[in-house]
Amino acid sequence: MEKILEINNLFAGTYDGTKEIIKGLNLTINSGEIHAIMGPNGAGKSTLAYLLAGKKDYAPTAGQIQFCGENLLTMKPEERANAGIFLSMQYPVAIPGVSTSNFLKHALNAKRKYQGLNELDAADFLKILRNTAKELGVSPEMLKREINVGFSGGEKKRLEVLQMKLLEPKLAVLDETDSGLDIDALRTVAQGVNDLHNQNNALLIITHHLDLLNLIKPDFVHIYADGHIIRSGSKELAIELEQNGYKSFLEA
Amino acid sequence: MTQKTELLDELEKQKYKYGFVTDIEADTVSVGLNEEIIRLISAKKNEPQWLLDWRLKAYRYWLSMTEPTWAKLSFEPINYQSLHYYAAPVQKVKPKSLDEVDKNLLETYNKLGIPLKEQEALAGVVAVDAVFDSVSVATTYRARLAEKGIIFCSISEAIKEHPDLVRKYLGTVVPYTDNFYACLNSAVFTDGSFVFIPKGVHCPMELSTYFRINAKNTGQFERTLIIAEDDSYVSYLEGCTAPQRDENQLHAAIVEIVVLNNAEVKYSTVQNWYPGDEYGNGGVYNFVTKRAACRGVNAKVSWTQVETGSAITWKYPSCILQGDNSVGEFYSVAITHHYQQADTGTKMIHLGKNTRSKIISKGISAGHSNQTYRGLVDISANADNARNFSQCDSLLIGTNCGSHTVPYVRNRNKSAILEHEATTSKISDEQLFYCKQRGIDEETAVGLIVNGFCKEVMQNLPMEFAIEAAKLINISLEGSVG
Repeated sequence: MEKILEINNLFAGTYDGTKEIIKGLNLTINSGEIHAIMGPNGAGKSTLAYLLAGKKDYAPTAGQIQFCGENLLTMKPEERANAGIFLSMQYPVAIPGVSTSNFLKHALNAKRKYQGLNELDAADFLKILRNTAKELGVSPEMLKREINVGFSGGEKKRLEVLQMKLLEPKLAVLDETDSGLDIDALRTVAQGVNDLHNQNNALLIITHHLDLLNLIKPDFVHIYADGHIIRSGSKELAIELEQNGYKSFLEA
Repeated sequence: MTQKTELLDELEKQKYKYGFVTDIEADTVSVGLNEEIIRLISAKKNEPQWLLDWRLKAYRYWLSMTEPTWAKLSFEPINYQSLHYYAAPVQKVKPKSLDEVDKNLLETYNKLGIPLKEQEALAGVVAVDAVFDSVSVATTYRARLAEKGIIFCSISEAIKEHPDLVRKYLGTVVPYTDNFYACLNSAVFTDGSFVFIPKGVHCPMELSTYFRINAKNTGQFERTLIIAEDDSYVSYLEGCTAPQRDENQLHAAIVEIVVLNNAEVKYSTVQNWYPGDEYGNGGVYNFVTKRAACRGVNAKVSWTQVETGSAITWKYPSCILQGDNSVGEFYSVAITHHYQQADTGTKMIHLGKNTRSKIISKGISAGHSNQTYRGLVDISANADNARNFSQCDSLLIGTNCGSHTVPYVRNRNKSAILEHEATTSKISDEQLFYCKQRGIDEETAVGLIVNGFCKEVMQNLPMEFAIEAAKLINISLEGSVG
């Protein structure tokens, strides 16, 4: 068992320092584990996801984050990605004029370059891409379209999972992946994520619904409020939360 | 915000990659402009009397003209008396093959990635009429083209060897009275390319010319004339880079294209002249008049340009759609940064019935640069069922650049259908973050996003040119990592 992520007494806020959002967070994730973070709107769940990925809108003020033994906070966003952090975004952004397959080729080759492997040419890359797409039920037509341009909510999330599979991260962070999905789309996405999960990697699922956790079974559930984890437990905790709401935890 | 600031800083600092001067003795006519200089240029080139007379008429007319001030450009007045109007690389005998060409010159081309020798060895993919300074020094593949009756040579040679053709068409699309810079060009033009595609001939290869400004203080006055007879086709490529230097270099070229019945001309340009340094010092002044006349029915002309260079660009490749059912197209990508200024666009003049035109313009501004799209769509009273579609998109990088769209429309025919779309956007932090989160560094991400933005134009370039142009876009944005 390998320690993948270790967050120690982390404080963080907006980049300009005007707002503190994360206040004393501790979290350790080992390989093979699935963690879920649940919390009310505005608790700072997405901030945590962005902070892990290195988005510059947010900055730490105290504490440490170790990723596979490295100091994550000194790494550039693209280095974090290439080192194995994947953030499945709540709102994947459209890039007009850039085809999905071309974008993915750049992404995979960036990772291969980081790992000291040769970059794939178009033909070899397309072979890999088509196979991965097929497993997830992503059509070749979708790969030709401009990335996320005019994609439905379900298509965007499916594409996020496709990228995840292609890039084989050590830690995949799923930020509200269930938002805006109907039950069929949710199942497809969940199955893709489950297929990807193994004993060498870990998942961090951010959600405020139980639906996704019924499909991707977490080993640990953390209730997150006011910038830190107020209670941790097994999946039973999520069921308790579903029944009683956040209020009961906040008052406790 | 912070990501953009870094990007901006790096764009500011990005140096001109092709900044070097080739050390070749130049045969330069003394500084300044007067009738004697024009007579000297004409004599040095052994020109016929009619051409000298035409040059002198143009010069006298030019003296009565003033420089246009309507463009959104600001620069110190040009002292036309301080320029050299003729420079040719000194060569004792005209080279018979590339082996006889000055080694320095070949080295220059190699630095620019134009391996003439390799191209020659590639056996007929691209014909290169390489223009160095003002005089053509190497022309390849001419024999193969000649078999089909195609003439592809310098305009100086065309004047000697095909005087009737030159005389018939020269100045008929862009008369010397057209504008200040075109008039100056008519008086002092030194060289350029000449293309003649005879009736029914489909030119079997892309015709390519590389322009390069080299001699110090030498105004460049290229003149290109392309004639496509009935049922013919040609694709012509023009590409250029210039060495770095401090003085401003004036460039006032003319391209004239005549397209007859059912003929088609595709004219592609990649322009990468020295844009000046990050403080706006130096750089090429580019005042160009490019115009095509679709004189026959079903004639078609297509301008595609990728403009990344020059301190100042004043350029409006235009189409006169005279023949019924003729078609004009304009696809443009213009990238400006530092203190570059570009006022560019097109004119579509609809004279014939059922004439169609399409304008796709993509402008990318960074640094403190300023860019204006200026276009005219003119539908005459007789142009029944004319159609135009215009799309002008601007992409801004940073907060100190400017982008402006000035579309003029003049319509005198009720049956015309005109459409215009315009957008302005920015490379968003969200897009950059998304790319980085997938492991793509900022520099590559910017190149990817910008190339995506320009896609509609880039896909109109011939394959080998498209690769070069995509590279150029990335070079223009090189070093953008924070």
